[in-house]
Amino acid sequence: MFSASALACVRGERAVFAGLSFTLAPGGALVLVGANGAGKSSLLRLMAGLLKPAAGHLAWDGADIADDYEAHRRRLRYVGHADALKPALSVLENLRSWSVLWGGRGGAAERAEAALEAFGIGRLRDVPARYLSAGQRRRLALSRLLVAPAPLWLLDEPRTALDVDAIARLDREVQRHRQAGGLVVMALHGGERPRRPRRSILRTRRRRPVI
Amino acid sequence: MLSGFLEVMRRDVRLAVRQGMDSLMAVVFFVIACVLFPLGVGPEPQTLARIASGILCVAALLAAMLSLERLFQADYEDGTLEQVALSPLPLEAVVVAKVAAHWLVTGLPLIAASPVLAILLQLDAKSYPALLAALALTTPTLSLIGAVGAALVLGARRGGVLLALLVLPLYIPELIFAVAAIDAAGFGYPVQPHLLLLAGLLVAAVVLVPWTAAAALRQALA
Amino acid sequence: MDDGNEMSEAGPVVRDRPGERWGGRWNVFNRYANPTRFMQLSAKLVPWFAGATVLLMAAGLYFALFASPPDYQQGESVRIMYVHVPAAWMAMFCYTSMAVASAIGLIWRHPVAEMTAKATAPIGACFTFLALVTGSLWGKPMWGTWWVWDARLTSVLVLFFLYLGYMALENAFDDPARGTRAAGILALVGFVNVPIIKFSVDWWNTLHQPASVVRMGGPTIDSSMLIPLLVMAGAFTCYYFWVVLVRVRGEIIASRIRGLRLRQVHG
Repeated sequence: MFSASALACVRGERAVFAGLSFTLAPGGALVLVGANGAGKSSLLRLMAGLLKPAAGHLAWDGADIADDYEAHRRRLRYVGHADALKPALSVLENLRSWSVLWGGRGGAAERAEAALEAFGIGRLRDVPARYLSAGQRRRLALSRLLVAPAPLWLLDEPRTALDVDAIARLDREVQRHRQAGGLVVMALHGGERPRRPRRSILRTRRRRPVI
Repeated sequence: MLSGFLEVMRRDVRLAVRQGMDSLMAVVFFVIACVLFPLGVGPEPQTLARIASGILCVAALLAAMLSLERLFQADYEDGTLEQVALSPLPLEAVVVAKVAAHWLVTGLPLIAASPVLAILLQLDAKSYPALLAALALTTPTLSLIGAVGAALVLGARRGGVLLALLVLPLYIPELIFAVAAIDAAGFGYPVQPHLLLLAGLLVAAVVLVPWTAAAALRQALA
Repeated sequence: MDDGNEMSEAGPVVRDRPGERWGGRWNVFNRYANPTRFMQLSAKLVPWFAGATVLLMAAGLYFALFASPPDYQQGESVRIMYVHVPAAWMAMFCYTSMAVASAIGLIWRHPVAEMTAKATAPIGACFTFLALVTGSLWGKPMWGTWWVWDARLTSVLVLFFLYLGYMALENAFDDPARGTRAAGILALVGFVNVPIIKFSVDWWNTLHQPASVVRMGGPTIDSSMLIPLLVMAGAFTCYYFWVVLVRVRGEIIASRIRGLRLRQVHG
C-alpha cells in the first residue's frame, strides 16, 4: 500500500503542485497525465525519494518513507528519462552491474540475461551499448525493472522511443508485475492516453507559483 | 553490500580501461608539467635538485585535480548517478568505491611515473623512498578531497575552472607536508613526522569525505 | 484490481495564519512568511547600524590618525594597524558567520540564514582583501618589500581564495537555490579546513622562516593604542551588520521579483 497525503512540491521557487493525495493498493496502477511542466516527473522523483516534499507525506504501509529512505530504496525501481547506460560497456555488462547492486552477486548474470530476453534484446547481449538505437537503449533501461524483484515501479514516460513490439512487452511485464501484487506508477507524455480506462489516472495541474 | 561496493569499483575501473586514453591523460599531464619546469628555470642541476620536490608535488596535485572533474560528471549526465543513489548501497559507500577506482587508474600511475621524473629533475637519490611514500599517502587524500569538489560542481557552468578554485586551497596542507617529507629525506632529517601528518590527513579525509560528498551529491540530484 | 485505489486531488491544505501579510494562503510555503518578519525587523535596525558605523568610524579614525602616539619602533606606519587588524578580525568573523549561517540553512532550510550566508561572502572577501592590502602597505616600510611569505599573510591569502571559491560556486548555477546549497556545503568544508591550513602554513613557515623578519607587537599593547583599535573594530562590526542587512533585504526582494516573473510565465 503506497499513499500520499497533501503532497506539495516546490521546484526553483515555483510551486509545481500542492495538496495532492492518492492511495495505491497492491496490484494497483497509477497513470500520471498532464501538460509539460505539470509536475509528473517531479512527482515520480518525490515518490522515489530523490526529492523531498515541501509539505505532506508519502507512506508505504502507513510508515512515512522519510523515516527510512534506505528501506524505501530497496522496494522501488525507477526508470527516468536518462537511460543510465555506459556506451563503452556491453549490453550485458551494463545490466549485470545493476543486477549485482539490487540482487547480489549470486546469479546476477542469469537474472540480467532473463531480463534482456523479456524485452527482446537478448541477442544484443555482447554488443557495446554505444551501437544501440534509441529504442534499444530504452529497452535496456527498462530491463533493469526485472533484474531483481521490487514491489514499486516508477516509470517516467517509459514508452518514449519504443516500437509496437516493445510497448507490448512493457505492457505484458507491467501486467505480470501487478498480478504478482506489485504497484506501478507511470507518467505518460502529452499525447498519450492510457489504454485501459480502468486504471487510475491522476492529473497534475499547474498551480499558482509562490513567491 | 560488499558485492555492490566492489561492483561499482570494478565497473569504474573497467570503464577507465576501455577508454584507456582518458585515465592516461593525468599521467601525461604530470609528465609534461614536470618537463616544463627545467625549460622555465634553466637546466642547472643544483637549481633543479633544490626545487624538484616542489615541482613533483605541485604537478601531481594539479594532475590529480584535473582528472577529478569527470569523477561524477559522466554518471550525473547519463542518469547513472540517480540510479546508484536509489540502489541499496549507501551513497557514502558509492563515493568511496568511485574514489578508490579513480585512485587505482590515476593515482597509482602518477606514483609509478614519479621516480622517472625525479631522475629528470635531479632529485637527490636519498629522497626517493620518501617521494614514493609521500605520494602514496597524498594521492588518495587528493582524490578524496577532490571528490567533494567534483560533487559540488555537478551541473554548474564552467565546472572545470570552478573545481580548481574550490579544491586547490584545500590541497595546501597536502602539498606542504609532502614537500617537507621529501626535503627532510634529502637533508637527512627524520621523515617520519611528516609522513605521520600525511597519514593523519588521509584518515581524516577517509572519515569525513564520504559523508560530505554524499550530501553534495544528494543536493545535486534534488 | 483497481477498485482499491482511491484517489483524490484535494485542494491545497490551507491553514491560514493571521498576521501573515503574504504567503499566508500557502501554509505549505510558510518559509516565505519568515522573510516578511525579517523585512519588518531589518527596516528598523538598518538606520541604527548605519548611524553607529558612521559615529564609531569617525571617532576611531580620529583616535587612530591624530590622538594616538606613533610606535617607538614602527613610527607613523603603526597607524595602518588600526585598519589592518580589525579588517583581519572581520575576515575571520565573516567566514565564521558564513559557515554558521550555512549550517543553519542546510540543516533547517531556513531561507534567511541561507541569504545571510550568501550576503556575507562578498563583505568578508572585501575585509580579507583590505587586510591583505593594508598588510602589504605596512610591510613595505617594515620589511622593505610589498610581500613576504609570512605565515599570517599566507593564511589570509588562502582565506581570500576560499571566499572567492564560495562566491564562484554560489554564482555557477542557473537555479539560485542549488548554488546556495552547494556553496553552503563548501563553506562548512572550508571552515573545517581553515585550522588545518593555518597549522600547515605555520609549519611550513617555521621550516622556511628567515630569522630577520620583524614580528608584530606582542600581547602588551598600550591603552592609547588599544582604544582606537577597539573602536575601529566596533565600527567595522557595525558596518558588517549594516551592509549584511541591506544585502539580505535585497535578496528577499530579488526572490519576490523572481516569483512574480514565474507567475507571469506559469500563470
